[in-house]
Amino acid sequence: MNRYTRQRLFGIAVRAAASLVVGVLLLVIGVTVIRGGGVLLADPSIVLTPPGARYMLEGTGGFLHAVLGSIFIVGPATVVSMVAAVSTAVYLQSDYSSERFSDAVNMFLNVLWGTPPIVYGLFVLTIIIATGTQTSLFFGIVAIAIFQYPIMTRYTDEALRAAPETVRESTYGLGATRFESARMTVRAAAPGVIAGLVMGFARGIGDAATVLFTTGRSTRMPGGLFDAATTLPVLIFDQAMSFNAEVRSHAYAAAFVLTVVVLGLIVLSKLLAGRYARYTPGGNR
Amino acid sequence: MTDIPLTTDQLSVTYTGDREIEAVKGVSIDFPANTLTTIIGPSGCGKSTLLKSLNRLHDIQENVEINGDVLLSGESVYDTDVPAPEIRRRIGYVPQTPTALPVSIYENVAYGLRIHGDYDSKADLDEKVETYLRKVNLWDEVADRLDAPGAELSTGQIQRLCVARSLAVEPDVLLCDEVTSALDPVSAESVEETLRELKSEYTIVLVTHSMAQARRLADEVVFLYLGEVIESNDVRSFFEDPQAERTRTFIGGPTPVDRDGTPVEPTATPPTHGGGSTVDDDER
Repeated sequence: MNRYTRQRLFGIAVRAAASLVVGVLLLVIGVTVIRGGGVLLADPSIVLTPPGARYMLEGTGGFLHAVLGSIFIVGPATVVSMVAAVSTAVYLQSDYSSERFSDAVNMFLNVLWGTPPIVYGLFVLTIIIATGTQTSLFFGIVAIAIFQYPIMTRYTDEALRAAPETVRESTYGLGATRFESARMTVRAAAPGVIAGLVMGFARGIGDAATVLFTTGRSTRMPGGLFDAATTLPVLIFDQAMSFNAEVRSHAYAAAFVLTVVVLGLIVLSKLLAGRYARYTPGGNR
Repeated sequence: MTDIPLTTDQLSVTYTGDREIEAVKGVSIDFPANTLTTIIGPSGCGKSTLLKSLNRLHDIQENVEINGDVLLSGESVYDTDVPAPEIRRRIGYVPQTPTALPVSIYENVAYGLRIHGDYDSKADLDEKVETYLRKVNLWDEVADRLDAPGAELSTGQIQRLCVARSLAVEPDVLLCDEVTSALDPVSAESVEETLRELKSEYTIVLVTHSMAQARRLADEVVFLYLGEVIESNDVRSFFEDPQAERTRTFIGGPTPVDRDGTPVEPTATPPTHGGGSTVDDDER
């Protein structure tokens, strides 16, 4: 086989691989949009209607409880996680910690990143049992926050590392304290920090394993912080397992809602990052 | 303020990382008031290291050991209870790479004033921002777009913005690290012009590898070579009657060598200063 034939074969192979991935992605989105979009179009109110008493059996009412559950769990978790992630990432910069220490923390973060979310769920369940409390919205927030933390920290840390060193030098040269300098560096890294925020939120809102046995898989509207709740991914699992065809069809509608939220957030983060990139020294990143 | 606001006393800076390097070796220099002192020397001779040690900028780095002292108006910069940010505020620093902070043009200049609380009202802040932008000849170019991102200016404008930003906190001394080396000739000239205008009012220390720039701007010249001061003198004596053999070599003679003994590209052109002083005559 001569060099040019080998090049052509390689060209075909990479294109096939790319097409396969894009194809599968389109298929996933297509199925969700066609089946879920269809169900939603037929009755859009199911997103905003609380579940009936026998929702899981007969499909009466809608799944507002899971929509709210997702918002009430992932919203606060993202805020808590983001504050912790940005703080950790700033701490990992050279002004605050030695290189050796930050390497060690980074390795630890990699382990956390690679830990299956079901393990976090199990960990939080242990706390629930040890404290003699019960599964609730609160423990869902805890579990999701722990799950999001390494993701957001990694993104923020990378963004801060990529921010120009001279921003730090300039602020210090003006008499800024480390805190003031860090604030400016985070601003300089804003596009990357926003990407981390959105990725953390998207992963958090889409995860089922962490909340599966920490929130309680409730079929009623969430009543309070220490009441059982459910989220969309867990609901989708429950709906898809249902004997009732209508409930099963709701799984696609819920999946559609999740997909649209995540896509919308990614678009929003692109727009926001673009706005901040104008201010970033060295142009758009 | 005394006549010599800034002095170094047997100042040594050693990088103590994987390989120990003494970048600055027992340097004692006086930086007179309202004077522009240039520190010249080939690349890697310790110029920037020396500059950053003057206002404790090395504090933010690991593995840097500093011996000897720097005196600001007679008081130690290192052996003191004054927090480092207060020292850096009095000894301002403009980095080599023109860097706009990721905020608007206005906020770039206002930044230092805001962190130090150096203004009474919004009107006062506005006035100060305008004053310092005028000082660096940037006001007319940006007056109608103060809210635009600082990063959208040209590199020459950004460097002048950096100077304005540093002046706004009213430092006693201004350290400039090769502030024209990243600029095109026209922008470099505008920054030089600004420094020329400022030097009667401020004590400026300018690091440069450009002999021609030193000739054009300096009142005093310090020649640093492998971390040691070879010669320091007023600009005329330095260039017209250099005392040390190495200075003569560096000013016009054969290629100097760097720390490892490899030849360093000559950064100086023979003394042809006079008529039209173009900035790019030796900017590589």
